[in-house]
Amino acid sequence: MSSTPVTDTAADAAERAGSSILRVENVSANYGDFRAVQNISVDVPGPEIVSIIGSNGAGKSTLMDCIAGLHKPVSGKIFFKGEDITGMDPHHIVARGLTLVPQGSHCFVRMSVEENLIMGSYTKRARRKSKNTLEFVYTLFPDLKEKRRFLSGSMSGGQRQMIAIGRALMSDPELILFDEISLGLAPTIIKDIYARIREINQSGMSIVLVEQDVKRSLKTSAHCYIMLKGTVVLSGRSNTLTDEAIKKAYFGI
Amino acid sequence: MGQAIFNGILLGGLYALVGVGMNVIFGIVKLTNLAHGDFIILASYLGLSVCTALGIPPLLSLVIVIPIMFFIGFLLQSALVNRVISRGPEPPLLVMFGLSIIIQNLLLSFFSSDAQHMRSSLETASITITDKTAIPIMYLIDFAIGIVVIYLLNLFLRRTYVGQSIRATSDDTMAAQLMGINVKTTYGIAMGVAMATAAVAGVLIGMSYNFYPTTSSQYLIISFGVVVIGGMGSIRGTLFAGIIFGLAQLLGAYYFGTSVQMLCGYLVILVMLVVRPQGLFAK
Repeated sequence: MSSTPVTDTAADAAERAGSSILRVENVSANYGDFRAVQNISVDVPGPEIVSIIGSNGAGKSTLMDCIAGLHKPVSGKIFFKGEDITGMDPHHIVARGLTLVPQGSHCFVRMSVEENLIMGSYTKRARRKSKNTLEFVYTLFPDLKEKRRFLSGSMSGGQRQMIAIGRALMSDPELILFDEISLGLAPTIIKDIYARIREINQSGMSIVLVEQDVKRSLKTSAHCYIMLKGTVVLSGRSNTLTDEAIKKAYFGI
Repeated sequence: MGQAIFNGILLGGLYALVGVGMNVIFGIVKLTNLAHGDFIILASYLGLSVCTALGIPPLLSLVIVIPIMFFIGFLLQSALVNRVISRGPEPPLLVMFGLSIIIQNLLLSFFSSDAQHMRSSLETASITITDKTAIPIMYLIDFAIGIVVIYLLNLFLRRTYVGQSIRATSDDTMAAQLMGINVKTTYGIAMGVAMATAAVAGVLIGMSYNFYPTTSSQYLIISFGVVVIGGMGSIRGTLFAGIIFGLAQLLGAYYFGTSVQMLCGYLVILVMLVVRPQGLFAK
């Protein structure tokens, strides 16, 4: 964990954050009355994949919700492309190019697949490019093109996850947060979705991957944070972390 | 009998129009709009005032009444309801209940409790079909405008970015925010649109029937009925529900006398609540 002197000014912080696409500084947040995130700092230097691993209740989703603006942190700062976005409403954050694929896909079930995707390009910056992005999404997920007229509520779990990812891409983001996208999916589908995520990353987008699955996260990411009970207990380059150290951090032993 | 069926169907178009605004707010803002009947009667009085002030025919007053009502709706939602919407279903319900009382009493103090009517040459005209059946032109206009408004509303919700954002918000508020939708603005627009439909309903009611500040409760109950029969959030269902409700009333009046007319309508609501509480076209 990086320690930040309390005396430093907002300008200093913004200056330091300028080089990274996302910088989370000493963020704390509550989930109800419970302190779910305690003094966490995360750095995404961009365009690479950073993974955040932790067991259930480690505070990963609360942290993601804070970054996306769905949840207001109690203290700390969040910078996106050098700009302070702490406490901003989600629609302002999406308009700046940061989006979240929420846990459980959250498709618009009474709208068709294509309507879901089109909703992704709601912001002004995305709307201009929506035709091209839609083509990109359809080449990434040919299944969706084939079923574009179907209600998303009638699709399988894996397909809904693809819709959620496609919808996030439609907002023309520079950084996408994925919150446990593999939850409840069959292994072959997970493998396929991870391959797509690598493709998305190769097209120049930065990615934060939140997972419970240690092995797959380490394999996919360049940098890794391990969370336990609301704090980061271990972080480093994914290929330098030893199995032993990870196991200890993950279970807190 | 033929006359009763004709009139029932035509009346249904107006009832659908009365209920559709309530349905939109039910489905999208998840709010029970207890002031919907008062909004409709407010529009009747607005229409009346505009006509008297400018000396224009009643239907033309829509050009002014619709934008005013849209604006009132947007403002009420943004300034009042949005402030309490995150605190569960009861506070916004109470806000609407309070608004209902305020509107009713404002109308009473400005216009008195006398029955009012928007006069036009249309109200006495009718088309004769057979010597036993004649359709009042006004009912025909009510029905036609009702259908057109519901069709346009459906088109707006399906084909425009704003309309789709309203549907998305009603499907999943959290995901809608992540798409970049400002949920509170969307609620404001939805309320404005609902009020625009109430504006049309109000002016048509003002042209077809007598109205006074307390008639609002009657239209609130009709709105409830239409939502219950048609199914929450279903625009198409609203139209069928209106027609069923209108038919039930007029056939009831035909067979059992006009004193049980309203009762027959309410019985259909009761039966629906027992047999298919989610409504005919619920999704």
